[in-house]
Amino acid sequence: MKVLRFFLIFFLFLPLSSLKADEVDKRNKITKNLRCLVCQGQSIYDSDSEFANSLKILIDKKIDEGLTEVQIYEYFENKYGEWILYDPRLNKNTYILWLMPLLIFLLGGAIILKKLKKK
Amino acid sequence: MKKKLLTFLVIIVFGSIFYVFYKGLEESSIYTPDIRVKKDIPVFKSKDFFSGESVESSNIFELDKMYLLNIWSSWCVPCRQEHPLLMGINSRTNINIIGMNYKDNSKNAKDFLKELGNPYKEIFIDSDGIIAIEWGAYGVPESFLIYNNKIIKKYIGPLNEELINEMKLLIK
Repeated sequence: MKVLRFFLIFFLFLPLSSLKADEVDKRNKITKNLRCLVCQGQSIYDSDSEFANSLKILIDKKIDEGLTEVQIYEYFENKYGEWILYDPRLNKNTYILWLMPLLIFLLGGAIILKKLKKK
Repeated sequence: MKKKLLTFLVIIVFGSIFYVFYKGLEESSIYTPDIRVKKDIPVFKSKDFFSGESVESSNIFELDKMYLLNIWSSWCVPCRQEHPLLMGINSRTNINIIGMNYKDNSKNAKDFLKELGNPYKEIFIDSDGIIAIEWGAYGVPESFLIYNNKIIKKYIGPLNEELINEMKLLIK
């Protein structure tokens, strides 16, 4: 009976603990993607400033409220502007940034192809 | 023909690099946040500084009145600097100053007010800095000019005489 009870408790808590782990992963991912605006070159995850600590608390709260990662980014972008995101979105200011690697890759490919054909 | 194309390409590449760097020179290297004005003030719940009773943002900010929300803390040195100015605002204008006590120890904060005076009409506490984030604040001290539940202007850092004169012009 004791063993049964043990297993019952064990299996009851099993999914809970893994859920918590998911949340921690999510939180770490989000805090790593947010810039600490009052620090120099640190993410919220790295920083221990007052600003970063408050943000961490708020992120936990938002996760508890059931907001998705994207919704949390949008929330902070709305408050502090796009600068707070480490991963800039594709828009008219950043399209060169996003398309440049692709263009360079294609150009390089074209040069190599041309050289190979010559041979 | 091929050589010409190569020089042409080199010129274009260096030209564009030059352009990008030249543009970068013009821009200020100090990041200044775009101060988003005319934004609605956030809705929040907090506790009153003196009585400890819960307060709601809708009860603090009324329509058709000018407010200055000041985020302060007893451990913040620039706050001490700007405090006499806040006291001055009260006697010279009809702005209602609301205080947000940021991550502070209640006793220290009360001593701070006893020593320097209390310019605030109402004070609420933000013990873990969450409400400040809701306002889009960076730290202490920071002030927001509010009219009709909209943020008119945001002042990051301590206020000074110049900013207060500017504020007076904005009120008119």
